[in-house]
Amino acid sequence: MQELIDRALDAAERGGASYADVRLVEREREELTVKNGALEAAASTRSAGFGVRVMVDGAWGFSASSLLERGEAERVARDAVDIARASRLALREAAVLDDTPPQSGSYRTPVAEDPFAVAMDEKLRLLLDADAGMARVAGVSVRESSFSAGRERKTFASSEGARVEQEIVETGAGLEAMAVNETEMQQRSYPQSGGQHVTGGFEAVRAMALPDHAERVAEEAVALLAAPQCPSGEMTLVLESSQVALQIHESCGHPTELDRVFGTEASYAGTSFLTTDKLGGFRYGSELVSIDADATAPGGLGTFGYDDEGVPAQRAPLVERGVLVGYLTSRETAPRIGRRSMGSARAWSWNRIPLIRMTNVNLRPGDAGSLDDLIADTRDGIYMATNKSWSIDDRRLNFQFGDQIGWLIRNGRLDRMVKNPTYTGITPRFWGGCDAICGESEWTLWGVPNCGKGEPGQVGHVAHGAAPARFRGVRVGVGRW
Amino acid sequence: MVTPVEPVAPGRDQVTSVLEAALAASRAEATEVVYVGSDDALTRFANNQVHQNVREHDTHLQVRVIDGGRLGVASTNRLDEDAIRDVVARAGAIAERAAPNPKLGPLPGPNTREAERDVGYVSATAEASPDRRAEGARAVIAAGAAENLIVSGSYATGTLAVAVANSSGLRAEHRTTHARLLTVMMDRLGGDAASGYANAASPDVSRIDAAAVGAEAADKAARSRGAIELEAGDYEVVLEEYAVATVLDYLGFIGFGALALEEGRSFMELGRRVMGENVSIWDDGTDPAGVPTPIDFEGVVKARVDLVRGGIATAVVHDSSTAHRAGTASTGHALPAPNLWGPLPTNLFMAGGDAPRSDLAAPIERGLWVTRFHYVNPVHAKRAILTGMTKDGTFLIENGRLTRPVLNLRFTQSIPEAFSEITAISRETRIVPSEYFGASRVPAVRVGRFSFTGVTAREGSG
Repeated sequence: MQELIDRALDAAERGGASYADVRLVEREREELTVKNGALEAAASTRSAGFGVRVMVDGAWGFSASSLLERGEAERVARDAVDIARASRLALREAAVLDDTPPQSGSYRTPVAEDPFAVAMDEKLRLLLDADAGMARVAGVSVRESSFSAGRERKTFASSEGARVEQEIVETGAGLEAMAVNETEMQQRSYPQSGGQHVTGGFEAVRAMALPDHAERVAEEAVALLAAPQCPSGEMTLVLESSQVALQIHESCGHPTELDRVFGTEASYAGTSFLTTDKLGGFRYGSELVSIDADATAPGGLGTFGYDDEGVPAQRAPLVERGVLVGYLTSRETAPRIGRRSMGSARAWSWNRIPLIRMTNVNLRPGDAGSLDDLIADTRDGIYMATNKSWSIDDRRLNFQFGDQIGWLIRNGRLDRMVKNPTYTGITPRFWGGCDAICGESEWTLWGVPNCGKGEPGQVGHVAHGAAPARFRGVRVGVGRW
Repeated sequence: MVTPVEPVAPGRDQVTSVLEAALAASRAEATEVVYVGSDDALTRFANNQVHQNVREHDTHLQVRVIDGGRLGVASTNRLDEDAIRDVVARAGAIAERAAPNPKLGPLPGPNTREAERDVGYVSATAEASPDRRAEGARAVIAAGAAENLIVSGSYATGTLAVAVANSSGLRAEHRTTHARLLTVMMDRLGGDAASGYANAASPDVSRIDAAAVGAEAADKAARSRGAIELEAGDYEVVLEEYAVATVLDYLGFIGFGALALEEGRSFMELGRRVMGENVSIWDDGTDPAGVPTPIDFEGVVKARVDLVRGGIATAVVHDSSTAHRAGTASTGHALPAPNLWGPLPTNLFMAGGDAPRSDLAAPIERGLWVTRFHYVNPVHAKRAILTGMTKDGTFLIENGRLTRPVLNLRFTQSIPEAFSEITAISRETRIVPSEYFGASRVPAVRVGRFSFTGVTAREGSG
């Protein structure tokens, strides 16, 4: 494969590229889903290819192919150069990269138990045990338990002399129970909506102990059918940690992507209210709110050795004691705020260019103790858990989330269960109302394997560390029910 | 100028030999082989210049085997002999160890419907050069620049070839092309920017009028300057085609598929009224008035399926699996295996009415004009309650006229309830590409009551 890479870089430079990089990627995935006691989906997928990104006179071009042949490497590189020349037809400002030194190195996800090496019988037994647990509860209409694993081997090389090799291994699992009646469809999931996903091995799946949680999840799904509707009004809101994670994702992760801030995602995902004039002075949240982008956090779905521009993984603060202090950046965007890339340029696969993506965007734990401590400290309010619905405006200000389940809090205790809980707000007002965050023992690094961005579309695998947190004065129970 | 790169996709004979080789290599009771070849290019622009410009070529072979009621699926994007043997072996190995699934039906047999060969394929689109896309981008940018607007967008062209063979004797193939140009124009990046939107989609790149797309968005953005804040509440609305297509897409996801109906999570109750009698919605992947995709990922030729006729829920779309369980035939709406979503409609049509589009706002004393919706998601699937934001052109209607632009609002609304209160439907219809897959042809509508539950903030301050 070295020859393919060399030929592509040579062809790009001969064609007039002032900069070129090549990413050669091999991906494999395995997915198993047991539904209502039977294996509903079982797939082994493999994809390999390479992409060549070039800059000609400050204009970008990219071409990619699944044919791993030397001749194809030269053709694709020439195609990328031709495309870059076409980009010059509508170019106003030449792209400039930062001065990150070219890197050489390698990285492998630490794995205790290779998920691909675990016998399929064992994986299936675990899923079927979880299914049987849910089946013990009368009234559940659909039961699903699932496992997935991915392995990505990639080589990055650039005309600046960088050469990086990585092997990233991901593993995930989860279960979900659904119950329906004439007017309602209710669902409960474990460990979170869509399951938990990590970089690491099958040890993570064992630690989830899916069968141990199956019956409770199923019982809650059925109980929700008869639960009263979530009340409407302004209340104190306590969020379970995976919902805090999605709140971080939508209202901090995306608006701190510097490409959005500069308008280069405006045609699809939108822009950001966190414009660069706010850097260093804007009050994003309360003093308790500190958020970092940390691609070095062990086990996160946004954990790697180098990003897809060859920049080493880093930990960078985004919000410090409530104040905006940083952005997610790439080699092209960072110099525009006088910085060097903090390593957030990531590509979905061989056939996509790197875009600014979240890594592990984590809310630092607080000092509110356990979830039980936090509930006990809350006189009246509502507790919501496990995401069901999400939506936010194009500048990442007005959001609305729905959760699978809620409980009213009365005098420091969980009281009645309520169904269809929703809440809405404006990002800095919401985070400004954060007055308690649970401690380290409640902090979980939640994987989000379905983050969409870019044209053509890319699916990002990111994570968010979060603990349960409390927010004052939140509007809940949105809409006409 | 650059010339288009020679197509690198394998020819039809080569695809056929790959499919037959994979079938021959399988020892399972039932085997299905699906080839998907794509050549896609996209020129993206922002801040009035091209900033991303990409092309990709991929071929994908997927094998599904069913043996003793046990399922295995494997895929590869290599087409050499070793890779073909390997992918068949992997699918077979999974099936050997799988738990039997009594709900699995047989693979579909030979097609009883015929798809018009190459409907939806236009060679000019397949051969569209990066220069052609860049010129289109320039035309859009020029239209926005004339109004001092910041212009972003994308211009995509591509070819998709799908070929399917299975051990029940089905053989099907098709190739389609697509061209899509969209733009968002804003008067600034920060704060509550004025913005406008337009898009155009067609299998034929020569039917994409870049200047017209640019003019539509620029006009909308220019009229959006100086937005006022309007309080949330129920309003009579006009929904443009973009907004209608988005909510139709979501009805497709959560309610128009047979699996959603089977599992009791759809708002559809067949034979019962679910919308107003002036609403008819169907799916037709073979109609050239849309963006045709005439076969599904099981090789079944798509049937026209009347989903809602005169407001009555009449049918849902099927793949072979849901059809087997329902005792009917597949309508040709399978997604690639393994598929937990069930069948989905990807070529939706909504019937036009008799109102000139330009008259839709006329009877409204005080209401809202909505260009499009952003980041829509279901809040309650069974009642088809969706939430999302308005975007790129929301206007106050007073005494039949669009008087002021307003800040974007959040809606939380049951769509069947809203579509039970449609008081006028434009006679003009328009193709709108889906954000995900496929495209719809829909009219603009006037709705008697639509619930807005929030307003975005004017600035980022608390």
